[in-house]
Amino acid sequence: MTDHPVDVGLAAERVSRSLGGGLVLDGVSVAPADGSTVGILGPNGSGKSTLLRVLAGVLKPSAGLVTVDGRELTDVPRRTLAQRVAVVEQHSDTQIPLTVRDVVGLGRVPHRRAWLAASSDDDAAVHEALEQTGMTAKAAQRWQTLSGGERQRVQIARALAQRPRELLLDEPTNHLDVQHQFELLDLLASLPVTSVIALHDLNLAAMYCDEIVLLDHGVVVATGNPADVLTEELILQVYNVKAEVTSSPEGHPHVRFLRT
Amino acid sequence: MITVTTGRVTSAPAAKAPPRERSRLPLLLLGGCLVLFASIGVAVTIGPADIGVSDVWATLLSRVGLAEPTLSVLRDGIIWDLRLPRTLLAAVCGAGLAVCGVVMQSLLRNPLADPFVLGVSSGASTGAVLVVVLGVSGGVLSMSGGAFLGAVASFALVLTLSHTLGGTTDRVVLSGVAVMQLLSALTSFIVLTSADAETTRGVLFWLLGSLANAGWSEVLTCAVVLAGTLLVCGGYARSLDAFAFGEDAASTLGVAVGRTRVVLMSVTALLTAVLVSSVGAIGFVGLVLPHAARLVTGPGHARLLPVSALAGAVLLVWVDTVARTVLEPQEVPVGVVTALIGVPAFVLILYRSRGAQ
Repeated sequence: MTDHPVDVGLAAERVSRSLGGGLVLDGVSVAPADGSTVGILGPNGSGKSTLLRVLAGVLKPSAGLVTVDGRELTDVPRRTLAQRVAVVEQHSDTQIPLTVRDVVGLGRVPHRRAWLAASSDDDAAVHEALEQTGMTAKAAQRWQTLSGGERQRVQIARALAQRPRELLLDEPTNHLDVQHQFELLDLLASLPVTSVIALHDLNLAAMYCDEIVLLDHGVVVATGNPADVLTEELILQVYNVKAEVTSSPEGHPHVRFLRT
Repeated sequence: MITVTTGRVTSAPAAKAPPRERSRLPLLLLGGCLVLFASIGVAVTIGPADIGVSDVWATLLSRVGLAEPTLSVLRDGIIWDLRLPRTLLAAVCGAGLAVCGVVMQSLLRNPLADPFVLGVSSGASTGAVLVVVLGVSGGVLSMSGGAFLGAVASFALVLTLSHTLGGTTDRVVLSGVAVMQLLSALTSFIVLTSADAETTRGVLFWLLGSLANAGWSEVLTCAVVLAGTLLVCGGYARSLDAFAFGEDAASTLGVAVGRTRVVLMSVTALLTAVLVSSVGAIGFVGLVLPHAARLVTGPGHARLLPVSALAGAVLLVWVDTVARTVLEPQEVPVGVVTALIGVPAFVLILYRSRGAQ
């Protein structure tokens, strides 16, 4: 974490945001290193989603700064921002009868000019995003016929079609079974993009994140590599649950919750 | 299965994309235009006066000065002053209502949204009735002028109300419904307290719609506003696509949500106001056609907008032809016919798409 504006990538500096009278974020700073995977952890209502929405520019911070390559987010045109920062929301649904390919094609909206047909670059980006997420075979299928996990992967494909440098994901593993959770995080970790992921599962975060930001009541309680953040004391303090943290053979911490 | 590629996402070597499916759009539009011209040509010949397609050509050519007039003044007048403007106005209104429906449904993410949700039509009838009742029709303000002012005023009221109530899209729809109820109550009240035959006829005209008063000036005004609206909406076609998953999603796809909403709602409300002040409130075209056109074109607005416009034009040309001939010499209000056709069609469309929900 830095105390001065960073001039590479997306960063939040002492950002606060109130919603409905209460302070949901209180002086939060995040500056993901280029290409890293950052996990945002914290109990329900700790401000994870709000932080992502502020980083995405969907919500304006009531205090503090969000910058992209050192420029304040409010000075960056929406379209320019969408060409490099992609967002996968926790819930997304539509009543419009779209196919998987249509949805992924939405990722090209910020790259396309009015009146012009899709370029070969657009087609290639869509094709590649479908391949990366393993949805090519279902490209012609209707969005409404997909399972929750498939929908999530299609949204990630849409985000990849934007060819982003930063990818913001709000609990992307929510609807997925264990295998798909691993596959998804493997994919995200392998991509040369900076990923900021709100997560519930501490062990998934420990396995895949380069850095973890632990939030509680809108305040950053701890930040750093998984071994520094996922300690028995902090888990008890933030989640109010006793846990035993051991070091796995691969070198990352492993959290085992204890019944009291 | 998620496969992992090693290439950098931002500059990945262009993966072999499958050959792009050739767009059927030009073909679809060309076919649509042909059908529209044929419909107009045939519809003009239908009616009590015996007129053939060759007469229509003769009139057209003589009017633009390419041929000597061969028809009697009466027949020439029937074609040029009555049938042709009426048929063209039907086409323009059908196209306009369909376009407004497409834009409203996408923008408000509500399959029930249509041009009249913004309270525009009820405002128009209130305005028209007020003009009649207050007796300012002596050239200062015509009934259609009053209708236009009423339409704009009620649109402003709906926007102010929805903004005060929180500004979300469902608030716009709810505000529209509320204003619609308020204004139709107001219209009924005015009619009841100062009822005479003329006012009642006027109210019926605005509530049910009629193309009987069509003239070239109406055709021209509506066509110009329609062309402008199509241009603006066409420029926003991509943004409209991006609204599929809601306003936040559109915003993260680079759409300036606030500006897009204000611009598109204003142009469609203006178009609706102009249409309603010329032909009254013709329902169901704006509601049903976008759903039907979507079945043909798919969801992309670059195709949906022009195809809906053409389909709306063709539909209303034929609906009006039916409306003016089926009970000859009496006319059925065109709104009655659109509703009689529109409701079963709407049910059918919803039934066919039930699996998607």
